[in-house]
Amino acid sequence: MVTATKKKMVQWDPADIKAELIKKYPPKVARKRAKQIMINEALENETPEITANVRTTPGIITMRGCTYAGCKGVIMGPTRDIVNLVHGPIGCSFYAWLTRRNQTDAGPDGENYINYCFSTDMQEHDIIFGGEKKLAAAVQEIYDLMHPKSIAIFATCPVGLIGDDIHTVAKNMKEKLGDCNVYAFSCEGYKGVSQSAGHHIANNQVFRHIVGENNTPAEGEFKINLLGEYNIGGDGFEIDRIFKKCGITNLATFSGNSTYDQFATAHQADLNAVMCHRSINYVADMLETKFGIPWVKVNFIGANATAKSLRKIAAYFEDQAFIDRVEAVIKEEMPEVDAAVADVRSRTEGKTAMLFVGGSRAHHYQELFKEMGMKTISAGYEFAHRDDYEGRQVLPNLKVDADSRNIEEIEVEADETRFNPRKTPEQLAALEDAGVKFKHYDGLAPDMDEGTLIIDDLNQYEAEKLVEIMKPDIFCAGIKEKFSIMKLGVPMKQLHSYDSGGPYAGFQGAINFYKEIDRLTSSKVWTYLKAPWQESPELTAAYVWE
Amino acid sequence: MLLRHTPKEVGERKAVSINPAKTCQPIGAMYAALGIHGCLPHSHGSQGCCAYHRSTLTRHYKEPISAATSSFTEGASVFGGQANLLQGINNIFSVYEPDIIAVHTTCLSETIGDDLPQIRKKAQTEGKIPDGKYVIGASTPSYVGSHVTGFSNMVKSMVEFAEKTEKKNGKVNIIPGWVEPCDMEEIKRMARLTGVGTIMFPDTSGVLNAPMTGEYKMFPDGGTTIDELKSTGDSTGTLALGEWCSADAARLLDKKCKVPCKVLDMPFGLQATDRFVDAMRTIAGVSVSEDLAVERGQLVDMITDMHQYFYKKKVAIAGDPDQVIAMVEFLVALDMCPVHVVTGTPGKKFEKRIKEITEGKGFEVNVKARGDLFLLHQWMQNEPVDLLICNTYGKYIARDEDVPLLRWGFPILDRQGHQYFPTVGYKGGLRLLEKILGLLLDRKDRDDPEETFELVL
Repeated sequence: MVTATKKKMVQWDPADIKAELIKKYPPKVARKRAKQIMINEALENETPEITANVRTTPGIITMRGCTYAGCKGVIMGPTRDIVNLVHGPIGCSFYAWLTRRNQTDAGPDGENYINYCFSTDMQEHDIIFGGEKKLAAAVQEIYDLMHPKSIAIFATCPVGLIGDDIHTVAKNMKEKLGDCNVYAFSCEGYKGVSQSAGHHIANNQVFRHIVGENNTPAEGEFKINLLGEYNIGGDGFEIDRIFKKCGITNLATFSGNSTYDQFATAHQADLNAVMCHRSINYVADMLETKFGIPWVKVNFIGANATAKSLRKIAAYFEDQAFIDRVEAVIKEEMPEVDAAVADVRSRTEGKTAMLFVGGSRAHHYQELFKEMGMKTISAGYEFAHRDDYEGRQVLPNLKVDADSRNIEEIEVEADETRFNPRKTPEQLAALEDAGVKFKHYDGLAPDMDEGTLIIDDLNQYEAEKLVEIMKPDIFCAGIKEKFSIMKLGVPMKQLHSYDSGGPYAGFQGAINFYKEIDRLTSSKVWTYLKAPWQESPELTAAYVWE
Repeated sequence: MLLRHTPKEVGERKAVSINPAKTCQPIGAMYAALGIHGCLPHSHGSQGCCAYHRSTLTRHYKEPISAATSSFTEGASVFGGQANLLQGINNIFSVYEPDIIAVHTTCLSETIGDDLPQIRKKAQTEGKIPDGKYVIGASTPSYVGSHVTGFSNMVKSMVEFAEKTEKKNGKVNIIPGWVEPCDMEEIKRMARLTGVGTIMFPDTSGVLNAPMTGEYKMFPDGGTTIDELKSTGDSTGTLALGEWCSADAARLLDKKCKVPCKVLDMPFGLQATDRFVDAMRTIAGVSVSEDLAVERGQLVDMITDMHQYFYKKKVAIAGDPDQVIAMVEFLVALDMCPVHVVTGTPGKKFEKRIKEITEGKGFEVNVKARGDLFLLHQWMQNEPVDLLICNTYGKYIARDEDVPLLRWGFPILDRQGHQYFPTVGYKGGLRLLEKILGLLLDRKDRDDPEETFELVL
């Protein structure tokens, strides 16, 4: 079906745009970038191959951050009752201090360290003579001051270079303190090629040191974990509101508004629902191997996607009363959503968006735009892998390069006493037949139209060119990209931290998002760029007076 | 309570910093480099450093912050980052076409011992730096000093351009230090009023408060040009504003080109501005304009009008040393009592200056260099204050202690306008007074019982 918006697309030949994007690069850079820019053929499971999860070229202004940011900033940052101690010079801890808008409530125990920033503030002396003693002393000082139940240590670049053994320090301090679990993350910024390596390192250590530590039986009939939800702008609060209404017990969110105990109890859930595939699929796989908990991909961004995900969870538990309750909740929530869509759609229909963010968001948010009748004409991830673009079926063929090989893969085996397959192979097969797909993710490409541009690790130069050529009605990326796009006169929405908005997940979140995008794309503030004398320079003052 | 785990008892901490009042050198170097016209800052380290600095500067200035990175991998960290930097320089000049690249190091490249001057030489001999284009570099290890040190180091590296010819240019160099773009503009305006020709470096006005036109300029119109930097060697003298931010560059210029320098406090508040104007007048041999005298008179007028509200009010303040020193002097001039004073930047001189300024003024002062906001909060729990002056991170303390907060310093992440409304000079003094009075009286209006709630204050 050729829609009006599709017609708009053919104004440009995607091949011409691609050529324009890489025209100015030195030949080596152009060759590399060409492989990371894919013209989508939108054939399910037959998308052309995109190069992803490879090094950024030095000097090219990338949107990416580092491994430390992925580990401390993304995965561990949102936990509230674990003290995050950064071992290194002051900067790394400072920049990751409250800047990701992970909301949290202090809970009944009142333990909440998220507003604090802890650092060993390494000095030249520590770099020369080693920082292990200072690190141990810092752990002791934190313990004496606050008595947290857990302290996580994060390595920054120089720590790996000078060879501080943070894992031994952590082990020794854990033994010494007795009632405080101390562990460390070797997440030096130079590892891997982006934040992604940091996610993996965080997953490994959380699984190794926390998951399964609490065997006190968890209550709840339909127990799940929500993986890869970081409660930015309160997304997790909205999802939990819906879960509660449906009768779903969310044992642990990895890791928005999470606690140590939630992680420790996570092995008791009966299903893992994976939101951000890129950042957390490792934990999902390990929970399955060790404890027998299956995982499904969900998406709570978009009202229809939310309903679909809830139905998937309900179907898994095969309980008619539960299925009915979920249907009732969807029925109750949707009228307000429908009314909100109806309100904005006359203004948003046919408008275009570009999304360059994260390892899932550039995919998930297309749902919301679709609901508003908007079309995503170009999208890509900052730090995703090929499976996030093309689907998990490419996993067996992924080449492991030198940068990925350096990131630890932990070997997990079935737990001797606690491995308990939640479903028999026959049950799983029946569910698959009924449409509940396990360990399954199709990626971003199949959901995008033919001829759209899918671009991995987009950089500042290409972003500017894309916007100039294709003139989207809205561009979505992060804070670093925000103002250069806005200077071009194009509205920009941050989809890492939502500017100051949110929640955008779930039903209420969808309504918030429709209103926000309507505000951005329908506003008159973008019409003020030219002064009257710039628009009609031929009218002189003298002429008017005459 | 947001900071519920901060105990009132102040204990000694030797190893852990909690809620820092500083960050690391490279971000200062990046900000300084943005004050050169046509300059692309380059972070020689892993790409996270650059991402974090750009993010923080963007959140504060609400403007695009362009900067490149060497994108170190594990291999580069083992074998050295020379190949990455050479490739980076080549790509930057090809794609972004800046006039100049200002490279700063990071803890990563410093720890592995990358030699910037040597890499630059290699880039030159390999023809990676086009004719008429430049690469400068500053060593900014994150484990020494603070963001202020990094700013100072990058400004120092700009002195490399200074040339001494036979002909004086009759101008005064002004090194403004890490102040807002509008502050730099205001300092230039005051110099113009005084009739003094100036070269300001760095100068982020017109770069980080650029207009919205529908056109994106990676290199906006503002910033000190290379020609101006070259000409600094022929100036009459240099005024360095701030010992921490600006003195090193001024002294280096003096040594290199025999341009005499004077190190002054940053011109925040009455007296520091007086000294700045007086120094400008003396060094340039001109008399102060009547316009500036009127501005001064207006500030004094407002001080006398507002004195009743400020008298003996206690203040806690955290920020960068040059700013805090000037602000403490201003507060004392208003008969306010800055009782808790913290900077995250190291320097015993800081504590000494604060003690000198507050000595004999009728109150005891807690002061610490290389302190943190955790300590400041503890001090405030023990001796409550009427006003907190801090960057945005102070809002957690302010809310818990129910104290009004004047957002001042870096970074300010939750309010806007600091890029546009200066707080330096006499005019800036008016703005500071207006803001402080507003905070104190808003609090009074909120707290007064109905019987004593009044129309006229």
